[in-house]
Amino acid sequence: MKLFLKIWRQKNSQSKGRIVDYEIDEISPDMSFLEMMDVLNERIIEEDGDPVAFDHDCREGICGSCSMFINGEPHGPDKLITTCQLHMRRFRDGDTIYIEPFRARAFPIIKDLVVDRTAFDRIQQSGGFISINTSGNTLDANTIPIEKENADKAFDAATCIGCGACVASCKNSSAMLFVSAKVSQFSLLPQGKVEATDRVLNMVNQMDDEGFGNCTNTGACHVECPKGISLDYIAKLNREYVKANLKK
Amino acid sequence: MKKITYSLNYRKPKEDYTENCELTVCVRYYQKLDNGKHKVVKKSTGVKCKLKDWDSDWHKAENRHPIKSTDSDYLEKNRIIRNKSIDLHSFIKDLKPVKKISTLDSKVPKGPLHLKWSNHKNNVRLVSPANKRNIDIIVVGTGLAGGSACATLAEQGYNVKAFCFQDSSRRAHSIAAQGGINAAKNYQGDGDSVYRLFYDTIKGGDYRSREANVYRLAEVSSSIIDQCVAQGVPFAREYGGLLDNRSFGGVLVSRTFYAKGQTGQQLLLGAYSAMNRQVARGKIEMFTRHEMMDIVIVDGKARGIITRNLITGEIEKHSAHAVVLASGGYGNLFYLSTNAMGSNVSAAWKVHKKGALFANPSFTQIHPTCIPVSGDYQSKLTLMSESLRNDGRIWVPKKFEDAEKIRDGSLKPTDLKEGDRDYYLERRYPAFGNLVPRDVASRAAKERCDAGFGVNKTGEAVFLDFSSAIVRYGKEKALVKGLDTEDLDLVRSLGEGVIRAKYGNLFQMYEKIVDENPYKTPMMIYPAVHYTMGGLWVDYNLMTTIPGCYAIGEANFSDHGANRLGASALMQGLADGYFVLPNTINDYLADDIKTGPIPNDSPEFHTAKKKVEEKIEKLISNKGSKSVDYFHKKLGKIIWNNCGMSRNEEDLKKAIKDIQILRSEFYESLKVTGDKYSFNESLAKALRVADFMELGELFALDALNRNESCGGHFREEYQTKEGEALRNDDDFTFVSAWEYNPIIEFSKLHKEHLDFENVELKSRSYK
Amino acid sequence: MKNIFKSSIGRKIAMALSGVFLIVFLTQHFIINITSVFSEDIFNMLSHFMGNNPLVQFILQPILIAGVLFHFVMGFVLEWQNRKARPVTYAMYKGSRNSMFVSRNMIISGIVILSFLVLHFYDFWVPEMDYKYIQVKPEDPNRYYEELIHKFESPIRVSLYCLSFIFLGLHLVHGLSSSTQSLGTNNKYASTIQKISYAFGIGIPLGFCFIALYHFFIHF
Repeated sequence: MKLFLKIWRQKNSQSKGRIVDYEIDEISPDMSFLEMMDVLNERIIEEDGDPVAFDHDCREGICGSCSMFINGEPHGPDKLITTCQLHMRRFRDGDTIYIEPFRARAFPIIKDLVVDRTAFDRIQQSGGFISINTSGNTLDANTIPIEKENADKAFDAATCIGCGACVASCKNSSAMLFVSAKVSQFSLLPQGKVEATDRVLNMVNQMDDEGFGNCTNTGACHVECPKGISLDYIAKLNREYVKANLKK
Repeated sequence: MKKITYSLNYRKPKEDYTENCELTVCVRYYQKLDNGKHKVVKKSTGVKCKLKDWDSDWHKAENRHPIKSTDSDYLEKNRIIRNKSIDLHSFIKDLKPVKKISTLDSKVPKGPLHLKWSNHKNNVRLVSPANKRNIDIIVVGTGLAGGSACATLAEQGYNVKAFCFQDSSRRAHSIAAQGGINAAKNYQGDGDSVYRLFYDTIKGGDYRSREANVYRLAEVSSSIIDQCVAQGVPFAREYGGLLDNRSFGGVLVSRTFYAKGQTGQQLLLGAYSAMNRQVARGKIEMFTRHEMMDIVIVDGKARGIITRNLITGEIEKHSAHAVVLASGGYGNLFYLSTNAMGSNVSAAWKVHKKGALFANPSFTQIHPTCIPVSGDYQSKLTLMSESLRNDGRIWVPKKFEDAEKIRDGSLKPTDLKEGDRDYYLERRYPAFGNLVPRDVASRAAKERCDAGFGVNKTGEAVFLDFSSAIVRYGKEKALVKGLDTEDLDLVRSLGEGVIRAKYGNLFQMYEKIVDENPYKTPMMIYPAVHYTMGGLWVDYNLMTTIPGCYAIGEANFSDHGANRLGASALMQGLADGYFVLPNTINDYLADDIKTGPIPNDSPEFHTAKKKVEEKIEKLISNKGSKSVDYFHKKLGKIIWNNCGMSRNEEDLKKAIKDIQILRSEFYESLKVTGDKYSFNESLAKALRVADFMELGELFALDALNRNESCGGHFREEYQTKEGEALRNDDDFTFVSAWEYNPIIEFSKLHKEHLDFENVELKSRSYK
Repeated sequence: MKNIFKSSIGRKIAMALSGVFLIVFLTQHFIINITSVFSEDIFNMLSHFMGNNPLVQFILQPILIAGVLFHFVMGFVLEWQNRKARPVTYAMYKGSRNSMFVSRNMIISGIVILSFLVLHFYDFWVPEMDYKYIQVKPEDPNRYYEELIHKFESPIRVSLYCLSFIFLGLHLVHGLSSSTQSLGTNNKYASTIQKISYAFGIGIPLGFCFIALYHFFIHF
């Protein structure tokens, strides 16, 4: 396959970036998208250029590192996968592919396609935990039975890999889906209910401080989420937030 | 006076040779010492040269080539010789008095097995909360072991500095573990106990692990589950609201707790959230996108590390009272593995170079169920969870012709009659069937493929077939729903539903990668490198041979022997981090309560930093022509072909030689583009691969040294008539702990003898 | 509690509440208007009541105007904030692959509705105020119907009204379901709400169009 790539190149967070055109040949349809990028980088190195920087690690769709905005969508045209699971058979010979970083004020660009997503970490640090000590002196795991339905829902929320596709796809760069998944996971479990009030208030505050936009319920996030986290959790977050405000 | 010279290795008087005689070329290091004695190190280069081609006046020539151009291969030979001399040179340069390690003391406490850990906990020294505030600990790596250690140490009151190369601690590769975590809870009432978990682990590890450590692991396993549930980890539950379990390879009970196919992720997020709590309290300082470049030893104790900021490229000095390595395994040595792209050995290797022993480097786990390699461009192999073996049956065609037809596509696997299929695991191991331990399953797959029964284009794949499980489940469902159990289409679709609920995400992943529907046609799988049992040698307290330097999780060697059982890696990581290290480290730090802050501007820090900068400069200014990946791929091929699932003396020796040559080529023709003071992934990669180049040789050396087959280490010379592994308990019931030597071939072997007081050494049978 | 409306979720909730309030008003407005098609008397009676009841005039009307203003001002503030959240935009952005056009362009439908409101105020509210409070003409309970049909003589005005109703529909289709989502209604009602939202978002504007066209065509 022959492809025409339009890739965002930016030296560092201070400099201005631009789209650079690349042509690449002999791409096998069985390659993954990142392997195609590897091939491109090998060629750039051969020509003494600076390879395209992009985040990637596990390459099996779970670590949440990869973060490309491919042809107008985070993680490319396929749904329920991350960029590393996207394969070139999804494209046709002669296609033009736009490759851009995830864009949001809260995700400043480090280089090329690499962005700084530590805003997510800070949101988690503001309350995304259950305050118990890790010394092991806790209740036996089966002391509190948990309704299977709630356990399953909590699990579905917990599958979030923190990749940031929700922010990238949202026209407002809102992080509501991410925050709602974490808040819901804990508020659905008896262990997490104890701190539910403070947790939701603090996490939403931190989210706002980071400069994410407001949710306008377009639903783009849950369509693009590689783990298919539902918009329902945002409604749950709104509910939890009102409840918490009424309590405080 | 010091000098390095070349010479020919004469074995008899010079006159006895003719000019066509071939002799081996040696490099020779000569040093005249102050006391009038000489020191001579002589090393063979392996290069042979005819007497007539030898230029005895080589030192006068400008290029200093000792072999004349009359030799047809003179350029290559001269190159090898020169590289050997460079190796020797760096050996001499680094030669300094390292504290001699005389005997290995595993510091296992006395007393009966089941009381060792509680007695030890009662007897270790403690550090008061007030003093903990004045003590800093560095933790490198934030996976299950590192993350949980950070959280617990910070919670105890220590000041923790945590480092990871990823952009967030949540992305460590523990996240990719799919199947589950073992614990001796016996919730299923199937006769499980701490002893059974201990016994299964020892047996699974083929009797090459330390009894006391494994028992402790089994003992704390159930606390892990309690801990994780309290943290909000959403484990799978039954309709009654209690925790669900499943079964894994190599055991006959159900003790594996799981969260669909994402157990690692959920556990890691648990540890990550515990860390976040401490970050918020200011007790953990997080350094993401930082890579450890070296450890700093002051007065014989580990006192800090040198790191590279992966965004700015800056080299930084960080000091602390103790250093904990939780930097994971080195499966990426093979280039293609199920490890993350960034997983590397550098942190552990740097510590090894500073004096920590590296134990059992060749003990590697090759996981039987991975998606086969499809092409040269491939960067990564994908694991399909072991849990699939609960329902999938593994087979290859019985007849050679059928295998050929399947390979060229003229026969579809689904068209092959039941009688023409060879369910070789069920045939060879009727008791455990498809659920034999990983090493056994992997080797059996290789054996069939080597015999010519492989089923994909490359001939390196076997089938994992769910059709009988689909029909079985479908019939069950149809019966429950009162539907026609004879309607095969209905049964199949019901059965597919059940399989989808159990393994849906794995099937989807397979379909994405291979572009085939695994519900309709059997999956193709092949073994791939997955986990390394070997690692830094640690004592019972998890301390390496460098005082104050600890290794936990996959980075150490301690608990899995020669083969790890499924769902035990998560258990070990969390056990080390939450429960073991936080107890044992106090004992060491009790001496440091009056030390005060460790300065990071001592000469030791400066020297270490300077060396790192020199190394980086050397790599980035190298005027080569080949990228890092070129070398990494080549190295991986050498290791996979010669030190993979089965090994023999000849191949291993060849590997050592090939790696030596590749290493010198690496430094000669490596090309790293970009700037050293910026985000530069090829530089980061080059630094990692440089360490793999050295580890690879030790890896082969270790495999060569162990003249027996055990667990994941299978030496072709040592097998039974049926092709099963043949252990040699008389001579090899020990841990091979290697002491670093710049000439890796000369690494010194230390043996930690393993005493089995509580289990009887038996040959492993899963029949 | 005191900070709730400073937060992003709080603002969304405020937006949703004001939206729901306007929807209630719109329904009420529609019910009165549709009577003009069936009965001149009922329409006049209701209009007279709305125009002269002090509760409606001096309490509900200011609240409504405040509600409208609040909804618009907040809408613009949120839009401005949201644009700020992505300073550099994508070279290629395929929103159509993951969301409805209407949901992404509430600000456009909103601006059209705002312009329509200006026209609508100019047409009815301004003359009404002029009649009652500036010229202080005597009460005539039967004038409303006349005034109404008089306005719908102009084809230009009728087409502008109809066009605006289409945009109102687009705004409502997303607005109604979005409000309930912002207010955190339970997920099990989500699909029903979505259906109601479609029905309402298409039905009400269609009804308004019908009224406008009806009065236009009775002139012939």
